[in-house]
Amino acid sequence: MNNIWGIAALVFGVIVAFVAAQSFYTVDETERVIITQFGRPLDDVIDQAGLKAKIPFIQEVNRIEKRILVWDGSANDMPTKDKLYITVDTFGRWRIRDPLQFFLRLRDERSAQSRLEDILGSETRNAVARHELIEIIRTTKDRSPEVDPLLADVDISTLLPISQGRQRIEAGILEAASGKLAEFGIELLDIRFKRINYNDSVREKIYSRMISERDQIADRFRSEGAGEAARINGNKERELQTIESVAYRTIQKIEGDADARATDIYARSYNQTPEAVALYTFLKTLETYRTVIDRDTTLVLSTDSDLMSLMKAMEE
Amino acid sequence: MSQQPEMPDLSQLRPPRGVVPIAIAVVLLGWAGYSAFFTVPAESVGVIQRFGHYHREVDPGLNFKLPFGIDTVTLVPVKRQLKEEFGFSTPGAGFASQSSPPSQWALETTMVTGDLNIALVEWIIQFRIEEPFEYLFNVRDPGDTLRDVSESVMREVVGDRTVDEVLTIGRQDIEASAQVKLQEVVNKYEMGLRIDQIQLKNVNPPEPVQASFDRVNEAQQERERMINVARGEYNQAVPRARGEADQRIQSAEGYAIQRVNEAEGDVQRFDALLAEYLRAPEVTKRRLYLETFNEVLPRMKTKLIVDESSASVLPLLQLEAVGKGGSQ
Repeated sequence: MNNIWGIAALVFGVIVAFVAAQSFYTVDETERVIITQFGRPLDDVIDQAGLKAKIPFIQEVNRIEKRILVWDGSANDMPTKDKLYITVDTFGRWRIRDPLQFFLRLRDERSAQSRLEDILGSETRNAVARHELIEIIRTTKDRSPEVDPLLADVDISTLLPISQGRQRIEAGILEAASGKLAEFGIELLDIRFKRINYNDSVREKIYSRMISERDQIADRFRSEGAGEAARINGNKERELQTIESVAYRTIQKIEGDADARATDIYARSYNQTPEAVALYTFLKTLETYRTVIDRDTTLVLSTDSDLMSLMKAMEE
Repeated sequence: MSQQPEMPDLSQLRPPRGVVPIAIAVVLLGWAGYSAFFTVPAESVGVIQRFGHYHREVDPGLNFKLPFGIDTVTLVPVKRQLKEEFGFSTPGAGFASQSSPPSQWALETTMVTGDLNIALVEWIIQFRIEEPFEYLFNVRDPGDTLRDVSESVMREVVGDRTVDEVLTIGRQDIEASAQVKLQEVVNKYEMGLRIDQIQLKNVNPPEPVQASFDRVNEAQQERERMINVARGEYNQAVPRARGEADQRIQSAEGYAIQRVNEAEGDVQRFDALLAEYLRAPEVTKRRLYLETFNEVLPRMKTKLIVDESSASVLPLLQLEAVGKGGSQ
């Protein structure tokens, strides 16, 4: 007896639990819910998170993401307006603006992603083809680069000019794609270039250009070094010759002045009277004998000379 | 399979009345306790959702929530400094640091600069979760989104700079601009993140052009070296030449002093002599004459004395020459 009641209670409990599970559902903060009745969605979208009730078995819960979602595009090769092949990797943020529309047209996120890929992929391709590479690379039109003072003279570190810039092109793609996505209940929030790289074939050319630019800088440095060294050397020569010639001039002046003074002193003294002149001449002659006559000198003295006159005659 | 024979045993071991409900009650209580109490680590906050609806935020420590899955809790590490690495990976950094697989590094780092050169840039971002609510409920996969945005922003900033700025002088500027731009985007999407810092790590030219960048550095060194050598030579020669010139000038000054002093000395001596001479000119003159010859004549080996009236000097000279030869 007891057993039967127990089993009945258990079965009833299970049925109650099952019906309850079918009647109540929770809605997370991150989602909205569309209730479908025999597959047909009801117009009221459940937007508030919390515990909700529905008609069991008849109504079904379809959860639709409320948060911002990422669309990560695949990297594609495409040409720019200046015929450079680049690999472009884009991504965008989007969200489901109109859950009903979204549910009817796409049903789930996977089909949404492939639709995004189609539309954004082709809009990106269009935009890239309409612009030169530099427009996609640069953003700020009037930025002037900082220049390394060491490279200041080398005319190489310059930013190429742009008329649109990356952000405007991104905005253009966003605008073009937004209209097409709106009919799927999707709001595209933004699209950005994640990576832009040169295609392998272009890359080689870029490398060789970079190398030749660097070689130019290196040559410039070497030439500057040699030029500066030559300038310093020239400076040195000038300086040495200046020092040399100034010293020469100074020395000549000093010695000349001294000579002049000495000459003046001598002249004053030797020339003071006729007797002084005579004495000076006499003394100088004797002095000359002293210096001129040495061991190898042969002197022929006549007995008529002053010195030997006594040998001939005593009387004077 | 092996339970089949045990079934009758179970029905025979009928528990006493009241044990089953008690057991059920104990299990339920245990479950309730287990699912009602939870701890939040010191670095985190717990976000409680009741039936999926945001309910409240709880602080670190032991906390209580409604059991049986009515309340669910998500722990958000708001105080932890989180890091995303781009183009490299610090090994063993764990949860706080995220990076992409090594196969992605080359793609992550390669960037085109504003002068259409290529640079390889590695960087990190450090950030914290500031608003747990926004972080959990506004953006799905906030981590991936942050990485995507960071790559995009870094390229935007690098794309506006020359390769020289990226490699050398513009690094700080790039870090600062990228941080500002990244924070703007993060704010725009209310991701609840706060970007503390962006740091550039290794920034290099691509491998095939590395050598030519090195050559530029070498040339720069070479330039400095050439200039220094020339300066060295200058400094070696010029001061020395100056000193030597001064030396010669000094010696000229010495000459001048000597010259004047000697002249004055000579003149004083002459004046003194002249004074004496004037007193007895004839005798003095003769005395000086004879004194000189007295001194000079002994020096000479050969002296000839000839008479005017006798024959010429020649025979005597010859004799002398013969006498010289004979004595040898």
